[in-house]
Amino acid sequence: MTKKRIEKMFAKLKGTDDKAFIAYIMAGDGGLDTLPYKIKTLIDAGVDLIEIGIPFSDPAADGPVIQKAGIRALEENVSLRQILKKLREIKDDIKVPYVLMTYYNPVFHYGLREFTKDAEASGVSGVIVPDVPLEEEPELKNELDAAGIAIIRLATLTTSDERLEHILDEAEGFIYAVTVNGVTGKRAGYSGEVFDNLKRIKSKSGVPVCAGFGITSADAAKALGEHCDGVIVGSEIVEMFHRCEEEKIKNLIPKKHAGHAK
Amino acid sequence: MIETYKYPDTDGKFGEFGGTYVAESLIATLEELKEAYKNAQEDPEFKREFDYLMKEYVGRENPLYYAERLTEKLGGAKIYLKREDLNHTGAHKINNAIGQGLLTKYMGKTKVIAETGAGQHGVATATIAALLGLECKVFMGAKDAARQELNVFRMELLGAEVITVDQGTATLKDAVNEAMRYWVQHMEDTHYVIGSALGPHPFPQIVRDFQSIISKEAKAQILDKEGRLPDKVVACIGGGSNAMGMFFNFIEDKDVELIGVEAAGNGIDSGKVAAAINRGSVGIAHGAKMHMLQDDNGQLQGTHSISAGLDYPGIGPEHSFLFDTKRASYEYASDKEALKAFQELSRTEGIIPALESSHALAYVMKIAPELPEDEIIVVSLSGRGDKDVEMVKAELEAGKND
Repeated sequence: MTKKRIEKMFAKLKGTDDKAFIAYIMAGDGGLDTLPYKIKTLIDAGVDLIEIGIPFSDPAADGPVIQKAGIRALEENVSLRQILKKLREIKDDIKVPYVLMTYYNPVFHYGLREFTKDAEASGVSGVIVPDVPLEEEPELKNELDAAGIAIIRLATLTTSDERLEHILDEAEGFIYAVTVNGVTGKRAGYSGEVFDNLKRIKSKSGVPVCAGFGITSADAAKALGEHCDGVIVGSEIVEMFHRCEEEKIKNLIPKKHAGHAK
Repeated sequence: MIETYKYPDTDGKFGEFGGTYVAESLIATLEELKEAYKNAQEDPEFKREFDYLMKEYVGRENPLYYAERLTEKLGGAKIYLKREDLNHTGAHKINNAIGQGLLTKYMGKTKVIAETGAGQHGVATATIAALLGLECKVFMGAKDAARQELNVFRMELLGAEVITVDQGTATLKDAVNEAMRYWVQHMEDTHYVIGSALGPHPFPQIVRDFQSIISKEAKAQILDKEGRLPDKVVACIGGGSNAMGMFFNFIEDKDVELIGVEAAGNGIDSGKVAAAINRGSVGIAHGAKMHMLQDDNGQLQGTHSISAGLDYPGIGPEHSFLFDTKRASYEYASDKEALKAFQELSRTEGIIPALESSHALAYVMKIAPELPEDEIIVVSLSGRGDKDVEMVKAELEAGKND
């Protein structure tokens, strides 16, 4: 029941009134051999949960930074199968929970049952599949449920109240609250509408709510964090690794009351 | 066998195919579109306007032409051509563009975006945007834009802005991704006019419905001319909008054989093809479950066809369903065969067909001589070949030098 690791992580943060900082990386960007180093770097920087991105040829929900990272990974011939194998080798060294962020086709093509088995063996706590909305979720969820892997759902500004109820019903892990109408990547700032939406989701949710899309600074992370349980930073971290500026990652993470929760 | 055909179902599925595999951000807009389309279908005023433009602007109905000289030359089945090439803008694409353009206005939106490969759907969308007073942006792969310079100019002439896409393979599939990304950020005032029977529900249904005028006319015309239904109905397939339009009103007529013709590029086993059913497998991309060309890791593969309009790695979900249920069969024709058919129809009938349509013709030319003279084949001549003459000239000259 690897998804329990997510619950434990949030429970611990709640105890010290801290917010989760979730980092996204593209597996295979810079070669798959760099994955253990990247994960270690993130943990040392104080990241609470890691989203491991799976490269896909047609990433329709991603902005330019993650698109390019995905292309670089594909040029290295990195596949979901290899990524799971690598995770399996190093899973005992990864002291924070980790989830996969992947488009559906690599998983579907892998075979849902086989994927679930391998993901479980690789210590994966959850999956985020941006192109599988609630309507299309059952076939995947059935498999993941049996293995205790969470399927992490997204909610957006345009999600109606009625729909939100369905999304929150039986939600697992946390809710990924998309803060913009758009794709991943940089944004100038957030409007009151975004905060209101976070409050709306938070007030109804039985699981933690984390805000993602477009966060590029500790200030933005802190501001959003006040209205939810954590933040997700992707493009900025992907770019820092790509530019070999990973020492800057820790500057994105707001200070915690307690030391880093390991 | 399909007795009464009622697809997609309420979940937007054609059997296991289709569906709504999109980001949560798009769901609200797709719901809005579903609702608007349902209302429009029941609105006699919407239908009146569509019918009016089909007649007065597009020039429908277009003929179902008996290709007597071609029939005689091949010495077998009787061949009829459904003349979509005679439509305004020169292809079937305009049927859908007008329908979705009217739907855009119906939803109170003022802007449209579209993806385009060769530029035909881009031109059709730019055309209706001009006609209906909508602002228009067309997304086009940088590679496609370079090889279809004239169509880029044509779109600009019509008042559209062409946005070239460098991402990925810089072709049609990447233009689709980029249009999706743009749409998600501009849903409030913008409708995405998808050009083929592809994408998330309700797009495959909407495109099919607007294109089904092709088979509605063809069916009445063949009954009028021959007093019976055809034995075979043939259409080329990229994403599959002209084929869906050509098949739709024949689906329940189970004695009518439906045949789609995919692009076999350099040869069906060359690895350079655009034949999603013949050489692909089931997967999920661009919002739907469908057959597509993919590698062992579920990454979409690059495609090749001499015809840019067929150069796409997937096939509309309804075709996947018709294939799966064996209601339609899917054959293929290579670049070379299409080129030969292109010239053959030009010389025997004085009709220069689009390279896309030439694939369907190539298949018909292959089977017709073997069939009895009382068999009837209706083939969709989905577009005219003026846009292709430069390409064909270059190919033929290169062929001579081989």
